[in-house]
Amino acid sequence: MEANVNKRQFLGRTLTGVSALALAGCDRLNMSPWFSKVLAVGESINKGVHQLAGGRVSMAQEFSEADLSPVFRGNGSINPDDGAYRAMAAENFANWTLKVDGLVEQPTVFTLAQLRLMPRRTQITRHDCVEGWSAIGKWTGVPLAQVLALAKPTAQARYVVLHCADTYGTGGSKTPYYESIDLEDAYHAQTIVAYGLNGKPLPVANGAPLRLRVERQLGYKHAKFLARIELVESFAHLGRGKGGYWEDRGYQWYAGI
Amino acid sequence: MSQAASVNAHAAAPTSYLYYRHTLPVRIMHWTNVISLTILLMSGLMIFNAHPSLDWGKSSYTGRQPLLQITSREAPNGQLVGITRVLGHEFKTTGLLGASTNAEGKASDVAFPHWMTIPGFYSLADARAWHFFFAWLFVINGVVYVLYALKSRHFQRDLLPTRTDWRSIGHSIIDHIKFKHPQGEDAKRYNVLQKLAYIAVIFVLLPGIILAGWAMSPWLNSIFPGWVDFLGGRQSARTLHFIFAWTLVAFVLIHVFEVIISGLWNHLRSMITGNYRIKGTAHGGQRE
Repeated sequence: MEANVNKRQFLGRTLTGVSALALAGCDRLNMSPWFSKVLAVGESINKGVHQLAGGRVSMAQEFSEADLSPVFRGNGSINPDDGAYRAMAAENFANWTLKVDGLVEQPTVFTLAQLRLMPRRTQITRHDCVEGWSAIGKWTGVPLAQVLALAKPTAQARYVVLHCADTYGTGGSKTPYYESIDLEDAYHAQTIVAYGLNGKPLPVANGAPLRLRVERQLGYKHAKFLARIELVESFAHLGRGKGGYWEDRGYQWYAGI
Repeated sequence: MSQAASVNAHAAAPTSYLYYRHTLPVRIMHWTNVISLTILLMSGLMIFNAHPSLDWGKSSYTGRQPLLQITSREAPNGQLVGITRVLGHEFKTTGLLGASTNAEGKASDVAFPHWMTIPGFYSLADARAWHFFFAWLFVINGVVYVLYALKSRHFQRDLLPTRTDWRSIGHSIIDHIKFKHPQGEDAKRYNVLQKLAYIAVIFVLLPGIILAGWAMSPWLNSIFPGWVDFLGGRQSARTLHFIFAWTLVAFVLIHVFEVIISGLWNHLRSMITGNYRIKGTAHGGQRE
């Protein structure tokens, strides 16, 4: 009996000790660069398997009007406090433009009126945030393929970088939001530069006046307050080189899961 | 086991000897599961902390109340109170859910406390990296296990209940309630409840966790929309993933409990070295 109690005490203490060590060990591993690279293998397998399973042309599920979320949640920057953006918002974005440049034959500047006259697409899709929530909205906009057709990317162009008018952080550390997608996603039928949500102009909380919709990826890829589209061969020179504001802070570039 | 066989076994058996119970591949895959499922649970709880509520349906904003919500509020005295709402019922869960003390000893309004999550501080980005890496380790391990179990006949020989097993199910239930465990030669085989539990976990629960997890991927949803709808929509899939994960935790608690009361060191040795000690008793291998 005595021996059993001692055994049990020993086991209990060992378990507590080992768990504490393991937890501290996990946190230390978490901070080490080599281990981050090991963990990133998971992202590569996700991307590879998803592309193998469905190629690049699968269409995101579309829903009916009955499925629309009563209020479409805004997240991240929901009211940019940047002076230039505020001034544009005050005049109802009358002078907002979308610049397309970088590796293109025909750098082009689009006004909102011009974008609204171009072929449009309306789709009811589900927006999945990386945090875990989803909301269903009806988006109207110009297929990004139409915009690119006018600017004519050169043969070297491999990625589309979305530059946004909102910034994160305060004071001297203000960092503009940006994102990037590859050309297959850029030319996908459901990838649009949206100016309408649920039949109305895009609200500020959801990225007025323009935002990207790249439906098979998580919310942070859907850049809001879109002001400039840059075609690049590599995004290594942008931000911290990972291809997006959140990617520079540890999130996966491939956001299909 | 037939009466004759057990009597013969008893006659031939020395009083105590080591029996090779678990093959090396099974032992390696068992411990790979222990590590990957522990990390998956803990990184999963961190991911849950980014949006600590569960809904049913296609989206989170349907006008209906969440099924589960973990939140916090500040009491008049300035103290943080943890609140857990389940199906409309509200519970104060300060210290564990909604409000707990973080690693630095400060009050924190996270849903699951730091000691249950990986990493032990708030980081959705890092938790996702852990989760995906160990999810693939777990999936690959699981596929190899199923192939091995069929090829080596481990499944047919050790896990599939025999006709005798089915007949003894009432007996087995009573034995479990009385915490009575097979002794001697009978201890070499899994009992019928044990077999059924393992089969349910291996072929229903674990695949269910994986399928509900994959149903949360918008990209996979674009390839196989029907299966997300079958689960009730993306938010239902998220809820099921959470429920299945905790069902697995319940299985592990029962599994570890049974291991402890039926001979912890003997079981641990057999899952490490493969050898399980069979003790001959006055009653030999006979089931009482």
